[in-house]
Amino acid sequence: MARAQELAMRDYVQEVSALTMRWVHRLRREKFSMLFTLVQPMLFWLIFFGSLFQRAANSEVMQAPNYMSFLAAGVVVMTVLNNGLSGGVDLLFDKENGFLERLLATPIHRSSVIISRFIFVMTITSLQILVILTVAYFFGVHPATGLLGIAVVLLIGMLFGIGLTALSMAMAFTVKSHGDFFSVLGFLSLPLIFLSSALVPLSAMPTWMSMLARFNPMTWTIDAVRPLILSGWSQALPRIGMVVMLLLVFDALCLYGSTRAFRRAIG
Amino acid sequence: MGRTVAIETLKLAKAFGDVKAIEHLSFQVWEGEIFGLLGPNGAGKSTTLRILLTLLRPTAGHATVFGHDVVQEPDRVRRLIGYVPQERAIDRFLTGREHLLLLGSLYHLPKDETLRRIREILKLVDLEDRADHLAKTYSGGMKRKLDLACGLLPNPKVLFLDEPTLGLDVQSRLRIWDYIRRLKERGITVVMTTNYLDEADHLCDRLAIIDGGRIMALGSPAELKAGLGGDVVSLTVGAADMDRVESLAKSLKAVPSIRAISTKPSGIDIRVESPEKALPAILDAANQQACRLEFIEYHRPRLEDVFIAQTGHAIREEFPSGE
Repeated sequence: MARAQELAMRDYVQEVSALTMRWVHRLRREKFSMLFTLVQPMLFWLIFFGSLFQRAANSEVMQAPNYMSFLAAGVVVMTVLNNGLSGGVDLLFDKENGFLERLLATPIHRSSVIISRFIFVMTITSLQILVILTVAYFFGVHPATGLLGIAVVLLIGMLFGIGLTALSMAMAFTVKSHGDFFSVLGFLSLPLIFLSSALVPLSAMPTWMSMLARFNPMTWTIDAVRPLILSGWSQALPRIGMVVMLLLVFDALCLYGSTRAFRRAIG
Repeated sequence: MGRTVAIETLKLAKAFGDVKAIEHLSFQVWEGEIFGLLGPNGAGKSTTLRILLTLLRPTAGHATVFGHDVVQEPDRVRRLIGYVPQERAIDRFLTGREHLLLLGSLYHLPKDETLRRIREILKLVDLEDRADHLAKTYSGGMKRKLDLACGLLPNPKVLFLDEPTLGLDVQSRLRIWDYIRRLKERGITVVMTTNYLDEADHLCDRLAIIDGGRIMALGSPAELKAGLGGDVVSLTVGAADMDRVESLAKSLKAVPSIRAISTKPSGIDIRVESPEKALPAILDAANQQACRLEFIEYHRPRLEDVFIAQTGHAIREEFPSGE
């Protein structure tokens, strides 16, 4: 029995890593578009938006030495948001052109397709976060909690990213066409950014906006990442504890939804 | 004969909401034969295929592949089958070889076995030269070859092909037919859907004519044509004598060796027992009615005639000849 399980496990690892490598191969081929669409916009936010508001932003309101160091946490989590929400796109194309059916006609565990996507999106997101933090470092943003803090940032980012990617996949398996998918995506992403503490703290917002922002998982995540960069462990730890619990619930809900959507889609 | 049953379906049905895609579908496929599901678009061929592929759950009935139920033991079934989908289900950003390597892992083959099979299959479908190019540079025919290669990689006992030559040029079609026949020689059972009559006729050992989600006829092309009874004589009546078509048809009904008569705007199709006996009688009748014949064509029953006789309509409305 143990032997059979071992074999099943080996098969599972083999299929998941092959499917993950497929995404890596594709990334290598599409590297230009990947570079320009994923890494750059986020750096633009950090560098241009950060510099533009360097003087306009009041550092007392921001509770930060300068605007860019305040914004860094926001840009990190925006990266997670964008990657997560578009994480299902490739599965959507697979569904539309029949590749998904080809995969599902093979003796693989149904979850492998999805797990491979999680692994890939999380890895790419983590790499991008490291790029952003490196660039920020050269602009004088030195994370207060050091390398260990950065590791925790990545962990929190993944925790949030898993839920978002699951949400994106649920949408991919539900929508009728990819046009629908992209219009929902375009509609969601900006309000989620503006109605969060990514660009200004809640205390600086009009009341109605800060009310809404309080319910935004973006806000929870940013509020845990920001003290890791700005202040230090003593302020960060309670928030981390809080966000981990909230995100676990968020992830559970999103995963439940995507599993249902997936089951329905594959009949 | 003691032939092995490769696939068996029993009263298979699938509904999407209120729409019944297939109903009461029962048939058997023998091991080693090329079995065709012939029908127009929307007849339920692809639905049937997808159920056999474990991609769709039937609403009622059963289907087995080499004794394994497609719903109860999907993984056992998946290990026995290969699939060549209808769409060009190809990842544009992978090379042909990468497609096959990926599938090798999904069938849990050891690496050296995968490589061995890839070499063999690329040779079989004649795609060795382009195996390391990105699939987006492939022509339609090459994509089809890659599709076929992907279907063959698991070394399947049954290969499912969904419209294998849809949209291909004549050269590529003939080549694909040739590959399919070679697979049969290797003992692989082939189940394919098609809406090309000539493809079904030339390629399939047996076929099921499906229309409106039901099987209308089942048998080898020769059996189906013979079952129709007799050969077909087509008369084309001169434009001036169009009004005499009805009376000519009426007088032909009395001729003993004629089995069935169907009139069309330009003339009459007559199914006859033996043309030698029927033809003089037909000409006599035409003379008596003073009905001038412009053209007389005689042919053995074609699959097209079977299809019309069984379903009451042509497989396609406008008929872009498949020949």
